[in-house]
Amino acid sequence: MTRVQLFVTCLVDGFAPEVGTAVTEVLERAGCTVEFPDAQTCCGQPAYNAGLVADAEAMAAYNVEVLDATDGPIVVPSGSCTDMLVHHVPALAEGTGWEQAARRVAARTREFTQFLVDDLGISDLGVLREGCRVVYHSSCHGMRNLGLGRHARALIDSVTGVERVEPAQPDQCCGFGGLFAVEMPEVSAAIMDAKLDDLEATGADLVVGGDVSCLLHLEGGLRRRNSPLRVCHIAELLATEP
Amino acid sequence: MTVTPVTFVERARQAVGSDVARSNRVGAERLAGLREAARQAYPAFDEMRDAARQIRLRTLAHLDDHLQRFADQVERNGGHVFFAADGTEAIGYIQRLIQDRRVRRVVKSKSMVTEEIALNHALEASGVEVVETDLGEFIIQLAGEHPSHIIAPAIHKTAADVGRLFADKLGVPYTDDADELNRIARAHLRRIFLEADLGISGVNFGVAETGSICVVTNEGNGRLVTTAPPIHVAVMGMERVVPTVGDLAQMLEVLARSGTGQGLSVYSNIVTGPRRVGDPDGPDELHVVILDNGRSRALAADTAEILACIRCGACLNVCPVYRAVGGHAYGSVYTGPIGAVVTPALMGLDPWADLPFASTLCGACRDVCPVRIDIPRMLLHLRRRAADEGHHPFRWVAPGLRAYRIAATGPRRWRTFLGLGALAARLFGRSGRIERLPFHASGWTRFRSLRAPAKKPFRRRWGERHGT
Repeated sequence: MTRVQLFVTCLVDGFAPEVGTAVTEVLERAGCTVEFPDAQTCCGQPAYNAGLVADAEAMAAYNVEVLDATDGPIVVPSGSCTDMLVHHVPALAEGTGWEQAARRVAARTREFTQFLVDDLGISDLGVLREGCRVVYHSSCHGMRNLGLGRHARALIDSVTGVERVEPAQPDQCCGFGGLFAVEMPEVSAAIMDAKLDDLEATGADLVVGGDVSCLLHLEGGLRRRNSPLRVCHIAELLATEP
Repeated sequence: MTVTPVTFVERARQAVGSDVARSNRVGAERLAGLREAARQAYPAFDEMRDAARQIRLRTLAHLDDHLQRFADQVERNGGHVFFAADGTEAIGYIQRLIQDRRVRRVVKSKSMVTEEIALNHALEASGVEVVETDLGEFIIQLAGEHPSHIIAPAIHKTAADVGRLFADKLGVPYTDDADELNRIARAHLRRIFLEADLGISGVNFGVAETGSICVVTNEGNGRLVTTAPPIHVAVMGMERVVPTVGDLAQMLEVLARSGTGQGLSVYSNIVTGPRRVGDPDGPDELHVVILDNGRSRALAADTAEILACIRCGACLNVCPVYRAVGGHAYGSVYTGPIGAVVTPALMGLDPWADLPFASTLCGACRDVCPVRIDIPRMLLHLRRRAADEGHHPFRWVAPGLRAYRIAATGPRRWRTFLGLGALAARLFGRSGRIERLPFHASGWTRFRSLRAPAKKPFRRRWGERHGT
């Protein structure tokens, strides 16, 4: 039994708890014992991307301390937060008292699909879904900074009853960009519209992604379009309990 | 007369969804496709990008030495060199030259650095006729606009737009046939080339070992501008030097492929000194104006790497923000991701502080950069500097994140914070959706529903299941 620590992310905690439950279920089915260090909060990425480095440092240092007190792989259901913990937090910690802890945490941190496919060697969980056409949304930070994409695609392809389709421009950003979505809403929405056109043109029923951030943004836009297209996190596709 | 809004946010708001933005997207996607095809057809491309990056970084590390060697060689070849600290000095030098030599007509080939210092405007104000000869720049000049793309200045215009412009300004019959429009421009410009007293070009690369300048074009106008008039003035950003001819060859391997998907541009013009005895043509005088204009400042800062840029425009074509708003929203001659870094790096964050925030940090720019500049990292540096120096363009963000930081650095405070979200969900999100948020958060709900916060956050679910 692999013991793993779940870093669930602030958005899952506050907006999409069912994703955390699904992640736990999938990891347990994959033979892991899941622990949840419940003092965890937010990795600090919103402040980091806003240029507010002192605030980002405070949040990152706090969570590094929480996570460094645990053992085993740290699994994160988000490419973007994983990228923050793996790449940016150690850079923030450079020259501080928590530098070594940040490095230890970074070395243990894995994105959910990456952990399943690369570390556990599992790309088929024997899941069955009723006939459903799925399009995968590749979130930028995971794709470009962690090399994600093949993991989720393999996992989706393993689901019996699912047909996976590709959009014309799979590498284009959805326009979320964190606070950007609120700071420059017109621009964010224009980018989102191009993305939604591309996703809808695939004829898919379901957008599956690895980052709740992009998914909340896309879901909000689809809702305004009255589109039948739905979104879900990949862990929800792979979980068997609804 | 239209009033130009001051900020990126305002300009972008006006651009989104416009016909101009649509033409811009079509053009950008076409260029991105050409670059991608070139990459696939050239297996060594990524290796060449690594080599090009090394050349640029190595050169920047000893830029003063390479520049001095370049200047010495230009003078040894019979050319003149002027180091201009800023646009005013560069313009002053060129204006003195124009007065001394009684120049009345100037032809120009495409040059971003002369756009940067608004050279045309200054020369025209002193009574000189200035004609842009690059087709895109010619169109922009006729329209009285600024370029919206580094290599395709009129990318935001359709053939029909250009047809109407030519009919209006040149008195020719309307056509939207691209070949015919090209013929009209060529016929119009040919006479002007032959009558010009002075040619002004940009410089893609200056070669230190030979004192040569390389000007890359697809239309042949660069060759005419640098050879037909009796005086040639080349204006060069001080970072555009490469040590050797071999280095130049390596840079050319990646430049056109990244910009237009061509193996090489149609003309790679290499000029070494003015006309020599026995040369059939060429200018009697060559002047090279080397411009600093903020580059030393950028070189000394955490944005130094941006000076490795070779102005291919690849980052613009793939940028989701550029595709959505077009170049004019950036308010400066440098547009897209590179503009979002270069403009504040050269000219300061005041009043350009919102440009580094005009990005989702998606990283598509870094993927295609011929010299692999980490543009997202530069944007983060500039955001940090904007926050530190009191130029953060969104005043509500810092207090908001300060409050969030307090919530996110203690387990009890975090539970309370999530509890407030749950309360909001009960009060305002009974349908599971929130359609209108107040204050700055309204930016979200203007275009998107918001899923209501969880009535039971994940940690409570976990606690109930695990009895903690």
